[in-house]
Amino acid sequence: MLDDFFMRALVAGVGLAVTAGPLGCFVVWRRMAYFGDTMAHSALLGVALSLLMNVNLLLSVFVVAATVSVLLLLLQKRGTLSTDALLGILSHATLAIGLVMVSFMTWVRIDLVGFLFGDILAVSRADVDLVWGGGILVTFAIIWMWRPLIASTVNPELAEAEGMQPEKTRLVFMLLMALVIAIAMKIVGILLITSLLIIPAATARRFSTSPEIMAVLASVVGALAVVGGLFGSLKFDTPSGPSIVVAALGLFILSLLTKPRTSGVAASEGGPA
Amino acid sequence: MLQTSTRTLQPLVSLAGVGVRRQGRWLVRGVEFSISPGEIVTLIGPNGSGKSTTAKTAIGVLKADEGRVERKAGLKVGYVPQKLAVDWTMPLTVDRLMTLTSPLKGAEIDSALEATGIRHLARAEVQHLSGGEFQRALLARAIARKPDLLVLDEPVQGVDFSGEIALYDLIKTIRNTTGCGILLISHDLHVVMAETDTVICLNGHVCCRGTPETVSQSPEYQRLFGARAGQTLAFYNHHHDNTHLPDGRVLHADGSITDDCRPDDGHHPVDILPDGGRAGPMRLGHVHGPNCGCGHEAPRGADSQERRDA
Repeated sequence: MLDDFFMRALVAGVGLAVTAGPLGCFVVWRRMAYFGDTMAHSALLGVALSLLMNVNLLLSVFVVAATVSVLLLLLQKRGTLSTDALLGILSHATLAIGLVMVSFMTWVRIDLVGFLFGDILAVSRADVDLVWGGGILVTFAIIWMWRPLIASTVNPELAEAEGMQPEKTRLVFMLLMALVIAIAMKIVGILLITSLLIIPAATARRFSTSPEIMAVLASVVGALAVVGGLFGSLKFDTPSGPSIVVAALGLFILSLLTKPRTSGVAASEGGPA
Repeated sequence: MLQTSTRTLQPLVSLAGVGVRRQGRWLVRGVEFSISPGEIVTLIGPNGSGKSTTAKTAIGVLKADEGRVERKAGLKVGYVPQKLAVDWTMPLTVDRLMTLTSPLKGAEIDSALEATGIRHLARAEVQHLSGGEFQRALLARAIARKPDLLVLDEPVQGVDFSGEIALYDLIKTIRNTTGCGILLISHDLHVVMAETDTVICLNGHVCCRGTPETVSQSPEYQRLFGARAGQTLAFYNHHHDNTHLPDGRVLHADGSITDDCRPDDGHHPVDILPDGGRAGPMRLGHVHGPNCGCGHEAPRGADSQERRDA
């Protein structure tokens, strides 16, 4: 079954979307969209370093993305610049350094477009294994840390007061995100990774009554977007990564057209007891 | 139940000479107090006087830059923060909010919601609650996990007057039935509850302390909040009912409990100064920084704060 390139693309894409769903919810809840973008952009620096030092691509991208997130944490603590400005600096600086480094390495011929926009139709059997292996690891880690993750998303001080370690949770969350970015790079590309995190989560919000339901629905929406995007790309001969994002956007717009779920109790403002 | 828990002599948390500094400025300094099981300690003070900072330091969310904070091993805290905004993108019902930090049985959730009077809102999304309803939900969440120490940072904000009384009654009931210690923060000076054992008036340092009566009558307090504040507080005083302990220990005038009675044990209104009464002719006086908001003039020399703190 996995001999067919299209089948491999489908399996890898769905695997990634299912992993990205819950993670994307946290990105949305914690308002970290730009942060995710910054980590993703730094992946190109990872690519350049991997070529320069001849190390494993996945490892290099993961290490660079994780380093950037830790760097951001440290810079945030110094508190001289707003997070927004820091993200803007890190995001484009890492992307630019990556591009410059790649252009210097005349001895390697790399498919820059493939890294920037992904090449899901070129995934190998090993890539599929990697996506599912990494995906299962990330998903289990999220399930294992679910309660502290939710609690520290709602209020880190409350979580800490009641015996949790929000700093540690945040760090692990960032490492998971770095891992997902490293895995996703080949499938949707550096520039489009965050859309696969955010759009399904945003779509799922309207139909969810609990964080858990939203996380599962985001996975489902993401998987649908991958399937729809890939078939669309096959039919209209469009690039696969952007097609997936367009499909996700289509689902999001559809969700906006549906009537919002009315919370029955919301209207009745209860008086004091 | 109260009696059995107060028998534990070890306080739940105790602060000694605690100070917290941010960017070269002391937010609070020289804070001393402890909370025992069954005791209600209330922190009052104007905005920016370090109430929340003190509470957060007591439960370990902030680290003290000087002094010592000791917590009982395995202390279970229930915390209602002053500000909590749930992002609208997170679907969170009141029911789900209850199990935010620890799993609970359905019956435990129900009884906490019942006690705070919001059981009918169990399935409502927290973003749709009014300010008062949300405060009740947060209080319900904090008590549902049956904490040893309940830390309530302005728990009645946004609650209407009758609701306020009901919530303070509830807080008293929780203390009486579970025997937990309670650290309460309030800037609603007129509703410092009569059930409070110790009131600590903060303004970057401990201005004065004692029972609600002694604090409201202290010149310190009246300078800080104006003479009318004392009168409004007095309205609540007649509700005050000093419970006496059946086990023979000494209940101080300020409501705190010790095994014996010493003049310097910090439970007496005379002992109003954190630095041991070194404030000159007027016993209750303290030395102020230029703009400490106490409503009376600061002495000349901007280093006065430093001098006191040194």
